[in-house]
Amino acid sequence: MYAELSQGVVAPTVLELLAKARELGEVEAIALGTGAKAAAATLGKHGAKVVHVNEDKAFDDYLAEPATDALAALYKQGTPDLILFGFTSDSRDVAGRLAARLDVGLISNAADIVAKDGGFVAKVPYFGGAKIASMKANKKPAIVLVRPKSFEASEVGGTAEVKDLAVSIDAGSKRSHIVERVVEASEKVKLEDARVVISGGRGMGGPDNFPLLEDLAGALGGAVGASRAVVDAGWVPYSMQVGQTGKSVRPGVYIAVGISGAMQHTVGMKASKVIIAINKDAEAPIMKMADLGVVGDALKIVPALTAAVKAKKR
Amino acid sequence: MKIVVTVKQVPDPNSTLTLEADNSLSREKEVVLDPGDECGVEEALQLKEAHGGEVVLVSMGPERAKDAIRKGLSMGADRGILITDPQLAGADALLTARALAAAIKAESPDLVICGTESYDGSTGMVPPMLAELLGLPQLTVAKKVEVDGSNLKVHRQTADGYEVLEASTPALITVTAAIAEPRYASLKGIMAARSKEIKLVGLGDLGIERGETAETIEGLTDAETRKAGVVIEFDGTAIDRILQVLTEAKVV
Repeated sequence: MYAELSQGVVAPTVLELLAKARELGEVEAIALGTGAKAAAATLGKHGAKVVHVNEDKAFDDYLAEPATDALAALYKQGTPDLILFGFTSDSRDVAGRLAARLDVGLISNAADIVAKDGGFVAKVPYFGGAKIASMKANKKPAIVLVRPKSFEASEVGGTAEVKDLAVSIDAGSKRSHIVERVVEASEKVKLEDARVVISGGRGMGGPDNFPLLEDLAGALGGAVGASRAVVDAGWVPYSMQVGQTGKSVRPGVYIAVGISGAMQHTVGMKASKVIIAINKDAEAPIMKMADLGVVGDALKIVPALTAAVKAKKR
Repeated sequence: MKIVVTVKQVPDPNSTLTLEADNSLSREKEVVLDPGDECGVEEALQLKEAHGGEVVLVSMGPERAKDAIRKGLSMGADRGILITDPQLAGADALLTARALAAAIKAESPDLVICGTESYDGSTGMVPPMLAELLGLPQLTVAKKVEVDGSNLKVHRQTADGYEVLEASTPALITVTAAIAEPRYASLKGIMAARSKEIKLVGLGDLGIERGETAETIEGLTDAETRKAGVVIEFDGTAIDRILQVLTEAKVV
């Protein structure tokens, strides 16, 4: 299990994935960069038996290549049957390089993984998300990338044995240099943690109408998300994107406003407990998965709803 | 500088997907140049306009994928290479990357530009594989690129902002749709593209054998679908219905 660290902290999806990995077999994790040793304790609690660590700053400062070197070195020591990654930008960069270096290929965007006939079969959303493909990994090691929020993280209270991983990162791998990290979005409520998410799509008409969603989110104590279409169009920042290549959310209530419901979007929100869709098109795919669909003009419905929520709270 | 842009022909994002008998996604329907790749071509053209050089488009697919390359040529790219071979049907990400790498290597570009992920597959695995096979550093999810001589600076999109990455060319970058607004092909551009070269190459030309695919689709099952709920018109009671749902979910 590649235990991706984000500025020294274990990425949440790693802990989710450990809950599954420990069912599949004996799990060893690899944690790299500043904070790796401290992370080992967390990883142990979630079921890792061994955590291989190396705190070289090269892992913090250079993209993908140092981590690929470390994983390749560890692979030679232990030849695992399965190497798991979260389906995140950082992990994708590493997994792709590793799969090419080991010449084994990979399976990405998996929603589940099962052991079968001594190998592994990944369940991957397919055909616009209407089907689930069972994909058998033909090579060893199987490299599988799993979508965030596919499993629920839980502690089992173990302690991992910490092993120092000896690997030297030479200049040839110190090439893609991270010189600065800039935090732009100061979200009031984090999208991933919000109990109500209100997302806007093309049906919002333009970026100038997004404050209507902010008002509703404010009244409900929720966060605002968006579809890929409006992020690509530059209406709102990528940090707000919900979907396959954005964030996966599973709030208590998800309100999709002016979003048609393409698979790219729905895989990131369909695990929400309750879905409300507001759309001018009664035939939009989102209406077929919503608990409540309201057909009409979003620009009228949203302000009316905000006012009603505020009135009710009074 | 010499820039290679990888381009892919994908089913029109606005059309409905269909399946082939072997469970692969049908690409026989309305097909277009991947909208994400259009942004990559645009960025390459802007870099060429600023720094000089050549823009070469490399694609893999059936022969009609020439249309996708032609679209990029009509935007202003200089020439194209299409890797096409019956043996490539159903190619996985690694085989795709191996074929692209072989074709790109022969070009010795200063910069390789890929979309962050395709519109049809959306897995984004080919670019890092390609970087590894070409022995290049990768600067991914770029929403801004600056070139100064052999120095490359990229703003890499992150969940809460961006990272500033620096590397020397040659390098591979992946770009998001935020990188550049693709230009429309002018009539002049469309006419000029007709006489631009698109070289066809097969696996044999690249010295590649297909090998075993990394994964096999064993079967398809229907995804668990949410039960459709109630659909109502926005009338005098709609707001109360929404409030009722919010109340039952205990969010108001």
